[in-house]
Amino acid sequence: MNDLERRLAQGEAAAFDAERLMADLGRHAAEAGLADVAYGTMDSPVGELLVAVTERGLVRVAFSSELSDEVLAELAARVSPRVLRLPARTDEVRRELDEYFAGDRQQFDVPVDWSLVRGFAQGVLHATARVPFGQTTTYRQVAEAAGSPRASRAAGNALGANPIPIVVPCHRVLHSGGGLGGYAGGLDRKRTLLTLEGVLPG
Amino acid sequence: MSLPPFQVLVDTHATELHRFLAASIGPDLAEDCLQDTFISALRAYPRLRHGENLRAWLYTIAHRKATDVVRRHARRPASVDLDGMPPGREPSVAPHEPPDDGLWRRVRALPGKQRAAVVHRFVMDLDYRAIGELMGTSEEAARQNVSAGLKRLRQELDR
Repeated sequence: MNDLERRLAQGEAAAFDAERLMADLGRHAAEAGLADVAYGTMDSPVGELLVAVTERGLVRVAFSSELSDEVLAELAARVSPRVLRLPARTDEVRRELDEYFAGDRQQFDVPVDWSLVRGFAQGVLHATARVPFGQTTTYRQVAEAAGSPRASRAAGNALGANPIPIVVPCHRVLHSGGGLGGYAGGLDRKRTLLTLEGVLPG
Repeated sequence: MSLPPFQVLVDTHATELHRFLAASIGPDLAEDCLQDTFISALRAYPRLRHGENLRAWLYTIAHRKATDVVRRHARRPASVDLDGMPPGREPSVAPHEPPDDGLWRRVRALPGKQRAAVVHRFVMDLDYRAIGELMGTSEEAARQNVSAGLKRLRQELDR
């Protein structure tokens, strides 16, 4: 390698600030209406949460039991590939969740984007969304509200695939016999949420 | 292969694209140019039919943006003089550079394909096959672009 090539290989000194790039890029993308899906993360009593929003509202809440790469890949495939890490766009959702965990909020005001929910699951989750703080219902009852009283099992599957846990409170759905039933985020998280709401003793 | 979340492209390729642009148009302009590159890419992204060769696609956009910047500044010789910057006033000289003979200024003034090929070969340390893939040319054309660019740089530096 001769002198010229060696000098070229040393390149030109240029500091690169990835965080500043992301901040500016996020602002420009938002101004241009190109940030279709914005996500951020937050700490909570049920572990780290990933929250994603669209123009229409909250589209996804994921527990750390799910791999964030997979959560984001699903959003890219099913909502829009324009997925960007823009925590500021999720501020409102994160604030409401913080208030909920602090016991200062019983109802969420952020709009929900139901893009990830199709068919029968939509009826089940809409019915679930109407169950108030501190109260519970059963798989059978939400199946009935969704128009298929005998479809408890299908209702259970729909609840297990709830893309917006906590805000769409699938933790308030229990077995008719009084058992806790299942929870996609694990039963410990379900217990924590039900305890927070006073359903289970603290 | 479906399209990955755009954030993955930013996280994976921002640093190397910045290096490519800093060598191509200078560190002072590289950051804005990288922004433009990503915004253009983001705009077009959902229209891509598959997620293959995304890196080459990003480089194509970055190269186009870099060429725009070079042209814009060539038309306005007063702001950034690509030919006759007085010594010591060049804003983007790397500290390791020996007495300024305007190497990087001359790299920037190369014809677009030669500039990109020379930067890919030496700054990014890619082989000719990879350069061909990134630039959408044959390996042989990549080799020719690099060699023509080097020849021109040598001639100018020897003058």
